[in-house]
Amino acid sequence: MKITVKYFGMIAETTQCEEEIIDFSGNFISDFLKILHSKYPELKNKGFQVAQNQELVSLETGVTGGEIALLPPFAGG
Amino acid sequence: MTDKKVKSVFKQGAISSEFIGESIAKHQTKTSIGAHNIFLGQVRADVIDGKTVSAIEYTAYEDMANQKFHEIREAAFEKFNLTCMHIYHSLGMVKAGEICLFVFVSSPRRKVVFEALEYIVEEIKAHVPVFGKEIFEDDTHQWKVNN
Repeated sequence: MKITVKYFGMIAETTQCEEEIIDFSGNFISDFLKILHSKYPELKNKGFQVAQNQELVSLETGVTGGEIALLPPFAGG
Repeated sequence: MTDKKVKSVFKQGAISSEFIGESIAKHQTKTSIGAHNIFLGQVRADVIDGKTVSAIEYTAYEDMANQKFHEIREAAFEKFNLTCMHIYHSLGMVKAGEICLFVFVSSPRRKVVFEALEYIVEEIKAHVPVFGKEIFEDDTHQWKVNN
C-alpha cells in the first residue's frame, strides 16, 4: 500500500524533505520505521512520536494506510 | 461532545496587542460574563551557550493540531462552566518579546476561569503538534522542546 509520510521540525531537517510517498507491504508501525531507519540512518538518534491518520500510535499498532507522520517534541505556546 | 466544526487556531506571525484588545472589546455585549482570564505566551530571548534567541519560527502538523485544539476546547467546555473560549497560536516567525499564544476564557464567575485557563494551556503544551525553531542572533538555530 502507498503511505504518505510527513516529517516535521528537526525530523524534516534530517530527512531533508517534508513529505514523500512510500510503498509498504509490512504489518506494523515498527516494520514501517525499519524502512525509514534504513533510508535515513540518522533518525535512530532522534526522539519522535508517530501519528497514523492524525492519531498517536505505538510500534505495535497495525499500519492501516493513509498518512503517517513523524513528530519531534512539541513546542507550542 | 458537540459536533461543532473544527476551526483553525493558527495565525501567521505574531499576535498583536490590537487583536487582543479587540477580542476583549467584543465581549462587552455578553453581559452574563463576570470574569475573563487571559494567557499570553511570549517568545523569550533565552541565552544558550552565550547566544541569544532572537525569534522562534513555528510550524505545525496543522490538521492534527487543529483537531487537538478542538478536543481540548470541547473537553474544557465539559469540565468547566465557561461562557466562551478563544485560542490563537502563531505560525511562522515570531520575534523575542512578541506574543505567540493567546488563550481567552470567560465565565460568570472568577474561580472557574483560573482553573480552566491553566488546564487549557497545559493541554496545549503537552498534546498539540506545534514545533519551534529557536533562531539565534547569528542565524544558527536549535529546536525548542516544551518542559
